[in-house]
Order: sequence, then structure tokens, then C-alpha cells
Amino acid sequence: MTSLKEEVEVLRRVPLFAQLDPAKLKLLAFTSERMSFLPGQDLCRQGDIGDAAYVILSGEASIIINQNGNEFVVAQVGENAVIGEIAVLCEVPRTATVRADTKLQSLKIDKETFIRLIREFPDMGIEIMRELADRLTKTTSELSVARSELKAATG
Amino acid sequence: MADDKKDQDKVLPATVFQFAWMHTKKQQLWVLGIVLLSMPSYFLALDIPKRIVNGPIQGRGFPTEDSREIFLKIAFDIPAWLGGAEAAEPFVLFSGFSLDRWNTLVALSCTFLLLVIINGLFKFYINLYKGRLGERMLRRLRFELVDRLLRFPIPHFKRVKQSEVASMVKDEVEPIGGFVGEAFITPVFLGGQALTAMAFIMLQSAWLGLIAGGIVAVQAILIPRLRRRLVELGRQRQITARQLAGKVGELVDGITSVHVNDTSNFERADISARLGHIFAIRYELFQRKFFVKFLNNFLAQVTPFVFYLLGGYFALTGRMDIGQLVAVIAAYKDLPAPIRELISWDQQRLDVQVKYTQVVEQFHSDGMIDRQLQEATLEPVTGLRDGYKLNGLSVVDDTGNKLLEGVSTQFSLDQRIAVVGGLNAGGETLADVLARLLPENRGTIKLNADDLEKLPESITGRRIGYVPAEISLFFGSLGENLTYGLKHAPFKAKDYDEAGKKQRKWELAEAKNAGNSELDIAADWTNYQAAGATDHKDLIFKVMETLKLVDLASDVMNFGLKGIVVPSVRPDLVQKILSARKELKTRLAKDPYAEMVELFDPATYTVQATVSENLLFGTFLDGDFDGEQLHKDPFLHQVLKDNDLLQSFYEIGHEMASTAVELFADLDPGHPFFEQLSFMTAEEMPEYQAALTRLKGLVYDDLADADREMFIRLTFDYVEPRHRIGLLDDDLRNKLLKTRHAFREGLPERLQTVIEFYDPDVYNCASSVQDNILMGRIAYGVAEGQKTILGMLRDVLDEHELYDEIFTVGLEFNIGVSGKRLTSAQRQKLGLARALLKQPDFLIVNRALAALDRPGQEKIISDIVNNARSTEVNRGVFWVLASPVMAKYFDRVLVMDQGRLVEDGEPDELIAKQGKFAKLIA
Repeated sequence: MTSLKEEVEVLRRVPLFAQLDPAKLKLLAFTSERMSFLPGQDLCRQGDIGDAAYVILSGEASIIINQNGNEFVVAQVGENAVIGEIAVLCEVPRTATVRADTKLQSLKIDKETFIRLIREFPDMGIEIMRELADRLTKTTSELSVARSELKAATG
Repeated sequence: MADDKKDQDKVLPATVFQFAWMHTKKQQLWVLGIVLLSMPSYFLALDIPKRIVNGPIQGRGFPTEDSREIFLKIAFDIPAWLGGAEAAEPFVLFSGFSLDRWNTLVALSCTFLLLVIINGLFKFYINLYKGRLGERMLRRLRFELVDRLLRFPIPHFKRVKQSEVASMVKDEVEPIGGFVGEAFITPVFLGGQALTAMAFIMLQSAWLGLIAGGIVAVQAILIPRLRRRLVELGRQRQITARQLAGKVGELVDGITSVHVNDTSNFERADISARLGHIFAIRYELFQRKFFVKFLNNFLAQVTPFVFYLLGGYFALTGRMDIGQLVAVIAAYKDLPAPIRELISWDQQRLDVQVKYTQVVEQFHSDGMIDRQLQEATLEPVTGLRDGYKLNGLSVVDDTGNKLLEGVSTQFSLDQRIAVVGGLNAGGETLADVLARLLPENRGTIKLNADDLEKLPESITGRRIGYVPAEISLFFGSLGENLTYGLKHAPFKAKDYDEAGKKQRKWELAEAKNAGNSELDIAADWTNYQAAGATDHKDLIFKVMETLKLVDLASDVMNFGLKGIVVPSVRPDLVQKILSARKELKTRLAKDPYAEMVELFDPATYTVQATVSENLLFGTFLDGDFDGEQLHKDPFLHQVLKDNDLLQSFYEIGHEMASTAVELFADLDPGHPFFEQLSFMTAEEMPEYQAALTRLKGLVYDDLADADREMFIRLTFDYVEPRHRIGLLDDDLRNKLLKTRHAFREGLPERLQTVIEFYDPDVYNCASSVQDNILMGRIAYGVAEGQKTILGMLRDVLDEHELYDEIFTVGLEFNIGVSGKRLTSAQRQKLGLARALLKQPDFLIVNRALAALDRPGQEKIISDIVNNARSTEVNRGVFWVLASPVMAKYFDRVLVMDQGRLVEDGEPDELIAKQGKFAKLIA
């Protein structure tokens, strides 16, 4: 059984939280619920509205996409993987099903808890904004590169 | 005569004398007769001491040693007009005994003793009789008032404050009852005494008699005048006191309004002003009362002064002899006592009359419901044959607003009707009128081809179901509240044993004597037949069906699972629960369930439970011992010390406090995160923060007891999987286990009766049904764990045929004052279930499900309407809807607007019409 300290270590490896103050991460860990899954149990299902992110503390899971009633495993994830991190900020439908392959321990970070934490410590919010802005810049530049490549290829 | 009876029914007699005379004429005359009968022996008892002193003691009539007197000679002169001769010997009835001086003394003394006993017995009987008369009268009056309350027209209650009415029934009538016993006897008795004394004085001396009479007359004229203000003050005192009771009642009911508006000081000032007013009234009352008393005493004392002075003058001038004067003064001694008592009786009369008038006024209302309409009906009431016919129905409220205007339509018994329209558009009023709660209307309403207002309550109350927006529930169990709608009449008399029969006979006789209800409350009042059931057990099934229909069954089941079962009351159930526990245990042993739950085992540490639960390994029975204070118990402290755990506990607590302070110190005390910190409250945080700083660098041995205690306390609440601070290792767990055993073995007597220990093979009386079946803890943070385990538990229940019995336990759930232990949604569902259980021919629902969310409302409405539509039920429904969209489930829709019926038709028809209804649901 992992303790609070170890959970903080894992949380720190989540890119979205990487810049946060360790003390706040500890509070996040403490107020989050530990959730264990048995092999075959779903952490989340494709199409459901997500309201929590999961950080895998131990065990392995498959990412499964359902297309026209057929399930395809598209990836395997393990320790330290973060599932549905955007769900802690806004409600979006899950894009895939995540199913435990082994016995799996996770930390469930609930949207409500997370938002409350940000409301209490606005600095955290700024850190998150910065992280998201970084990603946006990266994605935007990638997009323009992709566009010009596409133009070059078709034009 | 019949008309007379009806008039009496409407108004209580104006004065308390009329009321008393009306109901106790015979008894009053009887006791008066007894009083008169007691008079001769009373006067004899006064006379005999004189004879003893004058005769045997002073020797009058015994001139010589062997003189004899005739004792008990009864003789009288026969008057001339009866044919007796002028100088004839008196007629001797009994010649008496001839006794000497000593024997005469003995005989007279014994006679005196006998008379004392006889008088005592008379007094005893008269007092008892008067007291009983008064108590019966009080009972009659109270019953009469409550009976009137039950027959008041509904609108009357808008003007009545409940706590004021309660205080009238309870307190204000009390002196009236006591007075009734005295009402006639006292004035006759005392007046007679006073008149006798006056007559005696008059005979001795006309002058002195006139003087004494004059002073009495002054008293009789002056004092009532002074009293007039007293009467007025008494009335005010009563009204203000009643208003105070009303205000306090209102305060309790509206306590939340006080808190959310910061008006507690306004209320304090208001109460203070009222109390000040009451004080002023009472003080003036006392002043005047004592002044009257003073005057009374003064006048009483002045008379002897006059007697001595004038009487002395008469005696000195020889117009009166000394014997006469002494006799007058002696007679006057007897005068003030009865007069004083008469005056105090009169005072009481005024007081009581004021109270009585008040009560009569308050309990008078025009348009009282006719007694016949409320007759208890034992026979089954035949169902309604015909629906409602409304013609030109209008309702206007107190302020002249038109709530309904010219509604003419018909509602048949096989229609499901929805009423839509805004709030106060008229649907609510219409529903109230149909349920006969608004009798003040114009136009005609017929039900079953009769005038609605003329139907007895046995028809309207049994064949119509009405669910108001706010159901009123009483303190008691959920089941009692549910079956309240079936308690129409004493259907099955109680089977009494010999002693019970005797007691019941007495109760019945007394009820008759006081004009109370003669129906037996101990009988079985439940109308099983109305619910379509044959007996109590069958009724439970009907209840279950009904509760499923209103979506309350699973809640009741939960109450049952959370309920406490007393093994001595339900031994069978307890056995079944134990075998269910065994079955569940075998199922839980298999993977993956073993991970989801941790069963209690005396030999293992329960990781999912708190440290204190692990130490105690049991639950506290309800009682004096406060489980929260366990950590302070000296015995537990000693056990921890013996097992060398105190320092470890301190260190764990210290670590817990440091973590909590580190994590939470920056948070606002009201922050919801504190709820997750189960071992420390936000208020305690600063204390611990200060203590941590203060004790920095100190070790356990350096600390004061209070400081140690502060941290040790925290450890009791620690649960490793929940708090995850990593504080319990195997070594510590083993120590805790050892301590658990030591605690149990050395348990002092005072704790033995308050703790029920967990035992896998024994029923735990202090735990709920669910905890008893599980005998363990569901693990923290296992996905779907709670749901899976509880689902499995339900399966086991079903297989062991426990469902019905636990459901019955759930029905025993006490819902608290006005059902406050239920959520408002549960209350509303219960109200609906109560109306459905009696299987009415016509169900009226008046915006009754407001506390439910949309899907919840929709499900219940469609279920009830579909059930009503089914051929075996075929019930009329009249539902005032809060949301018009749900009208689609009904056969017919009425659209109300400003008290008028503006649209009427099938839902599809109205939508096609593109009128008001189409707009409402758009």
C-alpha cells in the first residue's frame, strides 16, 4: 500500500501538475480518493462524460477504442500514466475505454476537488494555464507545420 | 327538542352556571340534598359542647349527688291547629334513659364523638363528590372544545394560532372544572350560614342587627365595584398570556427565519415587551386584590368595635342584657367566615366566568360541520357511482380576489385529468374545492349525484384521496403515518381479559358521564377492507405495492437495513439474519469479493476500521455512555499504558497533526476539504498548530499530561486506507490486538452493560440489520465495491426470505416531529402513498411532488396514471401539475388561467389546436 508521500511523487510526474508546489500536490493527493480496480474492470468508458482523471499507481491497463461495435486495443499503459487529465478541467466525453489488465491501483482526481483547490490557490491556476498555453503553442506550431506540409503534398 | 339540541351544538351556553346546570343538574341537586341532610348533625355537634359544659360539668340539672337526667327524650308539643290541647302534655315519642351525672357526661361525650365522625364522613363524601363533579366537568369541557375543533370549517383555521388553542384546552379551562363542583353548593351553604347568624343577631337586638347588616351591605356593594377593574385585568392577563404562548410557538416553528435574518434580538425585544406588559397587568392586579382584601378585613374588624361600643352602651343603659350582648358577639363570630368565603367564591366566579367567556368566544364559529357528517361508520362504504358535476363554481378569498370564476364542467370517475396553468391560476383552488376543503364558494358541486357538502365524511374521506402540496405527518413510525388514512372506525373490538374488561367498563362509564367519545381507542381501527386486504399481514403486501408505486419501497428497505432489531422481540428474524450472515461470508470468501470487504475477526486487526473500533471491537448501546468520550476513559487509558502503547499513540497523533497542519493550515476554516479530515475540525486546527510549535524539540517524557492527551486523542480516529499517512506497522497492529483482548478481559462492570462486542457467531444488539448481516467493513476505494457488496447482500436477503421482514422493520422507522427525519421528497411520496393505500375512487393530487427532480416526478406520475387506467383499478385522477409537459400521460387536460377554465380536451387535441396549452409546453 502506497502512502501519501509516494502518491505525491507520482503526481509530480503528471505534466499538467509538474509545475505545482509540492505542498499543494500533497493536499491534492490527500483529498483525492484511492481507487483500486480488478482485472477487467473499466476505469472509464468511451462516450461517457468524464468528471475525473486517474493516475495509475501500480498495474496495467488497455486503452480500447470501440468502432461500430468492435473493440480495438490501441495502447497499453502502466505505472504513472494519467488517464483523462482534461476531465479535471472540463466535462468532455471519454474518447476511449480504459480497462484494467491486472490488479490496478489508482488515484482518482475528481473535477470538483481539483477546481476547489484552484479556487483556493489561484497560483495553481496560473501554473495550469501556463502549462496549457505551452501545449497550445506547441500544437499550433505543429498544426501550421502540418498544414504547410499538406499544402506542399497536395498542391 | 331536536332543534334545541342543534342549538346547543352550535353555541356553548353563555355563562358557566348555565353550562354547569345543563350537564350536572341532577348531581347538583343530589349533593345539595346531602348538604342539607348533613346540617342537623352539624348543628348538633355545635350544640353538644355547650350541654356538656352546662350540664354534667357545671352541674346544672344535677342539684344533688344522685340526681338523674333524662337522656335522649324525644318529645314535642302538638300545635293547637293540629288538635293539641293548650296545656296538654307534650307528645312523647321516646321516653329516653334516666342517667346520673357521670353517665350523662359519658353519654354526651360519646354522642359528640359519634357526631364528629358522622360530620367527617359527610364532609369527606361531599368533597369527593364535588371533586369528581368538577373533574368530569373539566373532561367534558376539554372534549367539547376539541370536538368543536374537529368540526370547525376549514377556513376558520386561518385565524387560529395552534399554540393558543392548545393553551386554552390545556390550561385555561382547568379552573373552570374545579369551580363547577362549587358552583351551586357553596353559595347555598355559606349563604344559609350567614343568614342564620344574621337572623340570630336580629332576634337579639334589632339595632345591632341593622348595624351588622349595614356593614355587610357596604361590603356587598363596594367590593364588587372595586372588582370590576379586577375582572378586566383578569381578562387582559389571560389574553396576553395566551398571545405569549402563541408567539413562543411561532418562534419555534419559524426558528430558521430568525437565524437567516439575524432577528434574534428583535425577537428578544418583542418577548421582553410582552413580558413587561404582562408584568404591568399582573402587578396592578395584585395591588388591587390586596387592597380589596385589606378593605374586607377592615370592615370585618370594625363591626365588633361597633358592637362593643354601642352594645356596651345599650347594656349600660339597660336596653339589653349582658347575656344578649355576649350571644350577639358570639353569633357575629360566625358571620365573617362564611361571608369571607362567599366573597372569595364570588371572586372565583368572576375569574372563571371571564375565562369561560373567552373560551366560548374562541371556540365559536359559524358554519360548524354537522355532527352527523362525521358519524363513525363501521359498514363498508359503497364506492362512488358518479363523478363530479360543477356548475358556475366561483371562489373568492378574504381579500376579494377571485380564485375561481364560473367553472362548469364534469369529472367522471374513469378519467385521468391533468390541470395545468401557472401558480394560482386556479388549479389548486379547484383541487381544494373538490376535496371539500373550501366550503365557502358559490355555484353547485355534485358528487355521486348529491350535493358535495351534504356527503358524510365517511364517503369523502374514504372514497376520495387527496394529496396536498405539504403533507402533515405526526410523530410516530412511517407505517403508522401510512395507515393513518385507514383509521376510520373501531372495526374490530379488542379482546379484553377479565381485568381488562372491568377496566374498559369503568372507562366507558366515565366517558359517558363526561359526555366524551365512547369509541375504544384500543380497538383495531384499521380498515383492512378499504385497502383491499384481509388482515395485518396482507396489509403489509398492499403497503409494499403502494410504496413501490410511489418509488419509496427501496427507501423503506434501507430504513429496515439501518434499523435496530431487538432479539427478544423478533427471535426468528435474528436467527435468519445470522444464517444470512453465514451465507454472505462464504460468498465473500471468493475472489474478487474478498478485496472489497473486510470481515470482523477477533484475531485480526481490521484495517478498514478506526483504531478505536479496533480496540473496542464492538459498538456502544444507546445509553448514558458517550462513545465519543472513549479516549478519556480511565480504564482504557490504563490498558493502553499496560501494553506500552501510550507513547506510540502520542507519536502517531503528533504525525497526524503535523500532516494536517501542513496540508490544511492555509485553508479557510469553512472549506469543504475539512470534511475529509475526519480526525480534526477546522476549529481545532489553530490549537494544534500552536501546540506543535510550542512542543518542538520536546520528547514524550517531557510533556504534561494534557499535551500528551491532546495528540493521543487523534490516533483513535486513524484509518490507514483512508488517511494513508503510513503510520501503522505490523508490530503496532499486533500490540493493538493484544490490547483489544486485554480490554475485553479486564472490562469493569460499568462498561459491561454499554458495549456489545463484535462476534461472528452472535447477533449484535447495538448494530443495524445491515451491519449484522455484513459483520465487517466495506473497503475504502475499491471501484464499485460498495455497490457490489450491497447488491450481494440484497440477493442473500431475498434468498433467505428476509425482504418482507426487514421491510416491516423499515416501516417502524420513526419519522420524527412532522416527519422531519425524512427528506422532503420522501415526505411527499409518503403523502401520495397514504392517499393511494385506501384505494380511493377518485385521487386528487395538488402539486404534491415539488421536491422531486423532473425524471423522478415523471416516473411516479406516469406509473400512477397507468395504474389508475388499468382495468382492475380504474380510478379517476385529478392532478394539478407543476410542469405542463407531464400532461401527456393523462386522458384529459384542463388549462386554467386567472381562475377560469380556458381549455379542456385530450392532450393531442389541445396541441393540435395551437392554443394556450401548446404555448405552455413549448
